[in-house]
Amino acid sequence: MSLDSATVRRIARLARIHLEEAELPRLQAELNGILGWIEQLNELDVTHVEPLTGPTQMALKMREDLVTDGNIREQILANAPDRAGDYFAVPKVVE
Amino acid sequence: MGYMIEGETGPWEVVIGLEVHAQVISKAKLFSGAAAHFGSEPNTQVSFVDAAFPGMLPVINRECVAQALRTGLGLNAHINLVSRFDRKNYFYPDLPAGYQISQYQHPIVGHGSIEIELADGTTKTIGITRLHLEQDAGKSLHDQHPTKSYIDLNRAGVALMEIVSEPDMRSPEEAGAYLRKLRSIMRYLGTCDGNMEEGSLRADINVSVRKPGEPFRTRCEVKNVNSIRFVMQAIEAEARRQVEVWESGGVVEQETRLFDPQRGVTRAMRSKEEAHDYRYFPDPDLLPLVIDEAWLEELRANLPELPDAKKRRFMQHYGLSAYDATLLVSEKATADYFEEVAKGRDAKLTANWVMGELFAVLNRTGRSIEQSPVSAQALGELLDLLADGTISGRIAKDVFEIMVETGEAPAVIVERKGLRQVTDTGAIEQAVTAVLAAHPKEVAAYKAGKERLFGFFVGQVMKAMAGKANPALVNEILKHKLG
Repeated sequence: MSLDSATVRRIARLARIHLEEAELPRLQAELNGILGWIEQLNELDVTHVEPLTGPTQMALKMREDLVTDGNIREQILANAPDRAGDYFAVPKVVE
Repeated sequence: MGYMIEGETGPWEVVIGLEVHAQVISKAKLFSGAAAHFGSEPNTQVSFVDAAFPGMLPVINRECVAQALRTGLGLNAHINLVSRFDRKNYFYPDLPAGYQISQYQHPIVGHGSIEIELADGTTKTIGITRLHLEQDAGKSLHDQHPTKSYIDLNRAGVALMEIVSEPDMRSPEEAGAYLRKLRSIMRYLGTCDGNMEEGSLRADINVSVRKPGEPFRTRCEVKNVNSIRFVMQAIEAEARRQVEVWESGGVVEQETRLFDPQRGVTRAMRSKEEAHDYRYFPDPDLLPLVIDEAWLEELRANLPELPDAKKRRFMQHYGLSAYDATLLVSEKATADYFEEVAKGRDAKLTANWVMGELFAVLNRTGRSIEQSPVSAQALGELLDLLADGTISGRIAKDVFEIMVETGEAPAVIVERKGLRQVTDTGAIEQAVTAVLAAHPKEVAAYKAGKERLFGFFVGQVMKAMAGKANPALVNEILKHKLG
């Protein structure tokens, strides 16, 4: 698998990362290098192996349905670049 | 032939599938300990997990899982004992993590079905493709400032069930019936309150059209429609639009659209160039969700009686028609009210009063049955007075209206207003004699064969006795005197 420059641009846009045109060839080469390295895994036959979704064979631990958190508005809003009263404020995003 | 859109080239069939987002009833959120309650002060029900602060880890809420399992069981669906959570990646300010935790490849609930009832008395089975658990997003307010959107994260992280139907519906009516039934089942189960105004139940509609017998054509998705009436309107508007596109030689593009209820049309959403690419992958923060079979069986054993079973029981036990039973079981509170009144009384009479007088009053005053001005016990007492002949049917309706106004017990009203039915034949005979004497022309006409006038005499006698005469006795005595 090899990524063309259009795909690299698309990945950057989906991740909201700004790319200068001049950076493209270097990133394309780096990404393809990483992909090539990971693709070595395809040499293994895993036909009869269950996919592993975590490093342990444990199942998900569950929590009881209790309200134990919240009412920390000032801490939640403390790092916001902009706020309006008790809300976060962001550049207008309306469909 | 069912519902069709008549085009210039003939009839078109409409194919509908629904994706319903149902907010789970729970105290805390799906992956955090913040409250899931609706309507609190902005950003007060937000934990560091919900705001996606670095290093915060999600821990799943057992009750949210139980609610999804109960709903799955209520939809007669296959339960997947092992399911998994994935990240659905997209950017929007009300999604602080930049991804929604959802279930993509391995949902907790698989195939199921529900039965819908249609106006013509027929039923139809609608397939359920799947149900999965996911996080709700926060809320954006776009109308508070000219250049800014305001974000409240109280809803961010609340548990949602996404319930996807098969494309089995063929008319707006079927889609409406499906939503009502789904809502009814979840309200019985106590898994979602079904309140569409508050957004705890939201529907995305997939619509396509085709000539009868054809395979499916391209579908469009109409997003976030927030009432059953709008869902039905949006389907018709979108189907008509697609018929026009096809018939004018165009091609329907697969796209996401919005319904404008004011204008009654759908329109394409902007920013189509950002074609959805959610780049799902397994959430590395969450292990597989494994359901203990004993727990599942315990949940199954504790399910309440659901609308379909209740309907069958109402028909068998109370001898109600399918129509009456369907109406009475649609809301659990209504069914409970009916059963309380019907206990030890005539079920058919009870059903008529609940669906007639009571529903009329609730509609007129805009109240739900939980807020009924007449309790089930009070209505029962009124029906007892009717059954033992203390009052007539007509007087019972008057007493009921007074009960609605004053909240008094029916027996008190009857005594205070002197509404006891007159069964004294002497008094009735007197009134009949007076009425006949006052209307010699009508008596002559009646005797000449104009038998329709009998009702007129009954009315006059009733009027003379302020409605309190026993109607059977009035009939009997009139017949005798005229005969």
